[in-house]
Parts: sequence; C-alpha cells; structure tokens
Amino acid sequence: MSVRLRYFAWVRERVGKPEEVIETPSGIKTVSELMAWLASRGEEYAHAFENPAVIRAAIDHRHVRPDAAIKDAGEIAFFPPMTGG
Amino acid sequence: MKATVRLQREPFDAAAEAAKLTRGRSDIGAVVSFTGICRGVEDGEPIAALTLEHYPGMAEGEIERHVIEAGKRWPLLGVTVIHRHGRIAPGEDIVLVVTASSHREAAFAAAEFLMDYLKTHAPFWKQVEKAGGKTWIDAKATDDTAAERWKASHRHEAAE
Repeated sequence: MSVRLRYFAWVRERVGKPEEVIETPSGIKTVSELMAWLASRGEEYAHAFENPAVIRAAIDHRHVRPDAAIKDAGEIAFFPPMTGG
Repeated sequence: MKATVRLQREPFDAAAEAAKLTRGRSDIGAVVSFTGICRGVEDGEPIAALTLEHYPGMAEGEIERHVIEAGKRWPLLGVTVIHRHGRIAPGEDIVLVVTASSHREAAFAAAEFLMDYLKTHAPFWKQVEKAGGKTWIDAKATDDTAAERWKASHRHEAAE
C-alpha cells in the first residue's frame, strides 16, 4: 500500500524534499517504526530522523502519537514542534 | 456563533475584523482582539524577517477544531482567527484572534485559549532571518505549559 509522506520546516530541509510517495514497508506498523525505517534510508534521512523524540507526526491532518498505527493512512506528515502564533 | 478562520499571505486589518463581528447587532457586550506582531529582535539580535511555513489543509482544520472547542466551552457570539504565512517583516502583524461574547470573561478566556493552542497545535513553523543566516525558531516549553492549563476539562481527542 502506498502512502504520501510530507515533511515540514527543518525535517523538510534535512530530507531534501517536501513530500514523496512510498510503498509502506511490510512489518512497519506504527509512526515510530516508520521513523526508524526512514532513518535507515540514507544520510539525509538519518540526519532528519536522528532524534525522533523531537519530531511530531500527523496522519491525514490529525496530530498522532508515535505509537499510532499507520494502517489506512493516506498522508503522514513529519515536522518539528510547532512555533506559530 | 459566527466563526471565521483564514490563512493568508496578505496583511489584515484588526480593527475592521473586530467591527465585522459586531456590526448590526446589539447582543455582543465584549470583544477581545489579540494581535501577534513580528518583533525586530530575537535572542538579543536584530532580525531581518520571519518566514512562516505552514501545512495547508491541516492548519485550517486544526484551528477550526479549536474554534469549535472554544465555542463549546464559552458562550461566544463570534470568533475570527487569521494567521499569516510567508515572509513577515518586523513590526508586521502575524496572527489575529478576535472573540465576541455578551460578557468579557468568556471573550478574554476564549482568546487566550485559542492563542495558547495555536502556538502549540497549529502546524506553523517560524524561520528567522538574521545577519548570520536563517534558523528555525525552537518551540518554547512555556508555550506547552500555557496550553496544558486548559486541559483539565479538555475534551479534544487529538494526541497532546
């Protein structure tokens, strides 16, 4: 199953692209497992996801915790803590 | 409750937005208007500008959910939230929250609630331009603490 990944702020800069579509790797069930898998995809991903504890995630525009299931997700976003307002 | 949420690059007119909420009605007894403005100094150093990145779609949705939540908590008669994105120079407005109610308590509390949640939950990120280059602003623990205090009776189901 394919899923759209979106990156924002310094996560986007480190990964080097704003978004991409990937095939969900088998055996990856949660947001934190997906971050660990992404970190293994190359230097830029390793840099972006070197400290997953500071990265926030959203599935289909809703904030989720790292243990959230990615099953059925259409779009998963990764970004630093928000600094708007 | 009349609710307006807008994300835009262009500047806004805070006074005109507040006037829109009260025009033609006499049940509103209190309007609170908060404007967040770009400071010219960050961490003791002058800045050239801020650039605000946002997550289109999610940003509107997240703000709208919090406006609805505010409407459940307080007897509001109107809410307007406008958040700018793109490059913003020192002295320019960034964000506007206007709340209207019959009495001031609800208007004050709802405006503060909305700002606290905007800062910690709305997907916006500020990058600051200084002489030495561009850097992303770190989230402040004090903003998390400010948002936390509204949680005692919080019904919002999103992860926090």
